Amino acid sequence: MTAARNTSSDVTLLTAAGAVEAIGRGELSAAELFAAYRAAAADDALNAYLWVAEDAPAPGEGAALAGVPLAVKDLFCTEGVPSQAGSKILEGYRPPYTATVVAKLAAAGAPLLGKTNQDEFAMGSSNENSAFGPVLNPWDRTRVPGGSSGGSAAAVAAGSAPWALGTDTGGSIRQPAALCGIVGLKPTYGTVSRYGMIAFASSLDQAGPLTRDVTDAALLLAQMVGQDARDSTSIGFPGEISLPCSESLAGIRLGVPEELSGGGGVGIEPGVLDAFNVTLRLAESLGATVETCHLPHAPHALSAYYVLAPAEASSNLARYDGVRYGQRVEDGGLVGMYTKTRSQGFGREVKRRIMLGTYSLSSGYYDAYYGRAQRVRTKIADDFRAAFDAFDFVVTPTSPSVAFELGAKTADPLSMYFNDYCTVPMSLAGIPAISIPNGLSEGLPTGFQLCGPAFSENRVLEAAFALEQAIGFDASGGRA
Amino acid sequence: MSGWPEQSRRASQPIPPTEFEPVIGLEIHVQLSTNTKMFCGCALAFGEPPNTLTCPVCLGLPGTLPRANAQAIHFGLMIGLALGSELAPRSIFHRKNYFYPDNAKNYQISQYDEPLCRGGHLGEVRIHRVHLEEDAAKLVHAGASGRIHGSDASIVDFNRGGTPLAEIVTEPDVRSAAQAREWLTLLRTTLRRLGVSDVNMEEGSLRCDANISIRPVGSTELGTKTELKNMNSFRYLERGVNAEIARQEELLRSGGQVVQETLHFDPHTERITSLRSKEEAHDYRYFPEPDLVPVSTSDQMLAAARAAMPELPAAREERLQSLGISAASARQLAWRTELGDYFEAALASGNAPEAQHIQPLANWVCNELVARVGEDDPNASNVTPGALAKLVGLVSAKAVTVGNGKLVLDRLVAGGGDPAAIVEAEGLGAMAGGDDALEPVVEAALAANGDVAEKIRAGNLKAIGAIIGHVMRETKGRADGAEVTRIVRQKLGL
Repeated sequence: MTAARNTSSDVTLLTAAGAVEAIGRGELSAAELFAAYRAAAADDALNAYLWVAEDAPAPGEGAALAGVPLAVKDLFCTEGVPSQAGSKILEGYRPPYTATVVAKLAAAGAPLLGKTNQDEFAMGSSNENSAFGPVLNPWDRTRVPGGSSGGSAAAVAAGSAPWALGTDTGGSIRQPAALCGIVGLKPTYGTVSRYGMIAFASSLDQAGPLTRDVTDAALLLAQMVGQDARDSTSIGFPGEISLPCSESLAGIRLGVPEELSGGGGVGIEPGVLDAFNVTLRLAESLGATVETCHLPHAPHALSAYYVLAPAEASSNLARYDGVRYGQRVEDGGLVGMYTKTRSQGFGREVKRRIMLGTYSLSSGYYDAYYGRAQRVRTKIADDFRAAFDAFDFVVTPTSPSVAFELGAKTADPLSMYFNDYCTVPMSLAGIPAISIPNGLSEGLPTGFQLCGPAFSENRVLEAAFALEQAIGFDASGGRA
Repeated sequence: MSGWPEQSRRASQPIPPTEFEPVIGLEIHVQLSTNTKMFCGCALAFGEPPNTLTCPVCLGLPGTLPRANAQAIHFGLMIGLALGSELAPRSIFHRKNYFYPDNAKNYQISQYDEPLCRGGHLGEVRIHRVHLEEDAAKLVHAGASGRIHGSDASIVDFNRGGTPLAEIVTEPDVRSAAQAREWLTLLRTTLRRLGVSDVNMEEGSLRCDANISIRPVGSTELGTKTELKNMNSFRYLERGVNAEIARQEELLRSGGQVVQETLHFDPHTERITSLRSKEEAHDYRYFPEPDLVPVSTSDQMLAAARAAMPELPAAREERLQSLGISAASARQLAWRTELGDYFEAALASGNAPEAQHIQPLANWVCNELVARVGEDDPNASNVTPGALAKLVGLVSAKAVTVGNGKLVLDRLVAGGGDPAAIVEAEGLGAMAGGDDALEPVVEAALAANGDVAEKIRAGNLKAIGAIIGHVMRETKGRADGAEVTRIVRQKLGL
C-alpha cells in the first residue's frame, strides 16, 4: 500500500491546496481523492483513526475546498458518528448534532474522512492517555506523536489525511504538529466556534488546522473562522484569512523571549535549540531583525495553566455521570452509580486533573489557587502586549524536545506537563500561534513557533510562509 | 440513665416568658415567562409530555454551549427597576457545581458575586439582590418516600430544565409570617403587573424559601437561622413560617439551640423535617462561567426596560387614593391587578358615577363583585365594567335600593345584560320618596303591626326595622328604607 502511494500518480502526495487546484482543473475528481484517502485511512497502522467514513457527499458546485476530505479529532461532535473524545466514558457515543466548525467545513467542501485518536478529553501531550490506545509517531513508531491532537498530526504526517482538525488548549495542536513534522495553527481565542467541541477547558480550547504546509493551514482556517450565535464567546475574524505569498521578512522584528528559549536553562534539548537558532539566522537572512525580549511571567504560565485548565475541566466533565448518555455502571444507588461510572469511565490523567481542579475551586482555596492563577494569566497577556509594542512576532521552539519514546514520561506527570512549557503562555493570552516544521534533530522533526497579537493570523501566516520556503523541510520521513 | 435530663427539664421549665421576635428573610424564585429557555432555544410550556421540550443544550450533551436569553435579561432589568435596585452595568454568570440528576450538566449556571441587580426595596422590605439562573429539571421518584433516597427509581423530565429564573433575595426585614404572606402578595402582583412571570405558586412559577431566626425582643443581634423550603402556596408559607417560629421558640425556651440547617415543610402534616444529609453538605465550587461572556447592560437595554415598565401596584395605590378612594380599597384594587383594571375600566366606561360616588363604585367592586366571582378575574365575568358602573349609578341616585342593586348584580353575574333593562323588566325600580304609592303601604304595615307601632310610639325606634321589613316584603325591596322611616315617624307624629 505504502509503496503504491509513493508513485508520481499518488494523489495523496498532493497538498490540500494542490488537490483543490487539480480538482478545479479537472485532473482529479473529489470521489477519486476521497477513495484514495479512505483506503489510506482504513489501512492506518498508527492507530491514528478511531473511525473512518465509508463515503463522502459530493462537494457543492464551486465549493472552496472542492471535496478534499478532512480528518477530524474525535472530540468534535459529528452527527451519528462516534464522538468519544478518546474516552471510555463516551465509548460508542454518537451525537445528534454536528459541531459548527465541522459543519462549516463540510459545507465548504471538506467532507469528513474520519475521526482521529487523541488523548482522553484532550488531556495529554503524548496521546498515551487515549482510552483506545496510543497513536504511533509515523517518523518512528516507537515514539509518541505528541498530543493531544496526536491522531490528527500523525494522519497528516503519514499521508493518510490531506489535513486535519485539532484543538489546542495548552499546545495540543502545535506540539504534535512539531513532533510529527507538520504545520499546526492555534487561532486567536474566539475566532473559531467551540460549539460541538467536547470541552476540556472552555476559556482556552480553540480549534485549528493541522496541515502539511502553511498554505493549507490558511486555506482551511479561512473556512473555519466566523462568529457563531451558538457560542457566546465566539467573535469571528475581522476580515478574511488570505493565502500567504511573502518570501521576505524585510523589516520584521522577531522577539525571542529569554524565558522560553533556553536562555534561562529551562531544559530545551540542545538539538531543538540548535535547529531554532539556525532558523533565527535564516530569518535574519530574509530581512528580519532578531532580538531578545522578555515575558517576565511566562515561567509561571505552566503553573497557572495547571490550575485553570483542570478547574474548568472538573466542572466541564461533571456531566459524564451515567445518567443520560455514555457509559453507566450500575451500583444500586445514585451515588454508587456516579462513583463507579466515573471511576471506571475516566482514565488516570483525567481523574488526576478532575481532582486538581476540584481542589483548587474548593471553598477556602479558591483565592489562593484559581484567583491567583487568573491574575497570572492577566500578567502573561500583559507581557505579550508589551512585547508586541516592540516586536511583530514572538518566536520560540514549539516543544522542548523531539518525539520521545512511548512510555518514557507516563510515570512522571510533571515531565509530561513540561512539553507544553513554550506553548501554554500563548494559550493563556488567547493569541494566535503557529508551529512549522523546523528541520530535524536526531532524525526527528522539531518545531518553530511564531505568535502575534490577537487577530494577526494573516501576518502570522505570511511570516510562517516565508520561513517555511526558506527552511525547505523534507517531510518524506513521515511517510516512510 | 442518670437523673440529669429530668432535672434539667425541670430546671428549664420555669424560664421567664421572654418575648421573641422573628427575623425573616425571603428568597423567591420566579420562573420568567420568556419565549424560550434561559440558555437555549427550547420553548417553555407547562404540562407538555415529558422530555418533549429539550435540545442538546438543555440536555447538557457533550460539546454544547449556553447562550444567554436576551429577553430574560430584559425581564431581570424590569424587575430591578420595579424594586428600585441598582442595575449592574456588567454582571457575570457563575457555575454552581453539584451532582444531582435534575441538573443535566451537574452544574447550574447562576450568578454569584456580580448579580444583575443589587439593593432596592418593595414596600417596607429591602431587597438584597436579584439574579438570573436556570431552573432544574423535574424529578419523579417512584416508590413510597417520594424522595430520591429510598425510592425504587427516579425519572427525569427535562422540559423544565433550563427555564429562566429570577432569584429575588430580601434583607431580613420581615417580622411575622403574616407579613411574609402579605409582602409576597405584593411581590406577586408587582411581577404579574410587569408581565414577566405567571407567578403561580401551585405550578411552581413562584417559589418562596424563608430564612428564619428569632431573637429576644429588643435584641439587635441575629439568632441562628434556618432555611425553610417547599412552601408552595401563600397559606403554606404562613403556616410553615409560623410552625418554624414556634419550633425555634420551643427549642430556646427549653434551653436548646437552633442549628443552622435546611428544613422541609410538609404541607399535609405541617411537620418540619431536616434536609441535611452528606450529599447535601455542598461546596458549590462557584467559578465564573467560561462559556458565557459577561452581560453588559447597555443604554439601549436600560431604555427598553424602562419603556416597558407599567404602573406598579405601589404607584397605583397612591394614585387611586388621590382620586378619593379609601386606603383599604386602594390597596385592594392596586394589589389585585385585575380588580384595579376592572375598576378603572368601569370608571372610564362613560357610565361612571359622579366623583363623590367613586368610593361606592370601589366598594361594589371590592365587596359585592368579589363576593360573587371570588378569585376569578372579574374582567372575564358576565358583568361588564360599564354595566357595574351603571348599576352603582342607579343605586347612588336612589333609583334602585341597595338590596335590589345586589339582586341586579346577581342577575348580571348569572347572565350579563344591562342593569337598567333588568330593573325595568323585573320592576325593581325604587319607589321614590314623594311617590304616593309608598304611603298606603306604610300605613297598612302599621295597621297590621299595631303592637310594633305602639313600641315605636313609646320611643323604641329600633322597632321601626320590623315595619321596614314588612314594607320591603310588600314592595319586593323597591322601597327606600330611609323614606319608610320618614313616613312612619310622620304617621306616628314623632
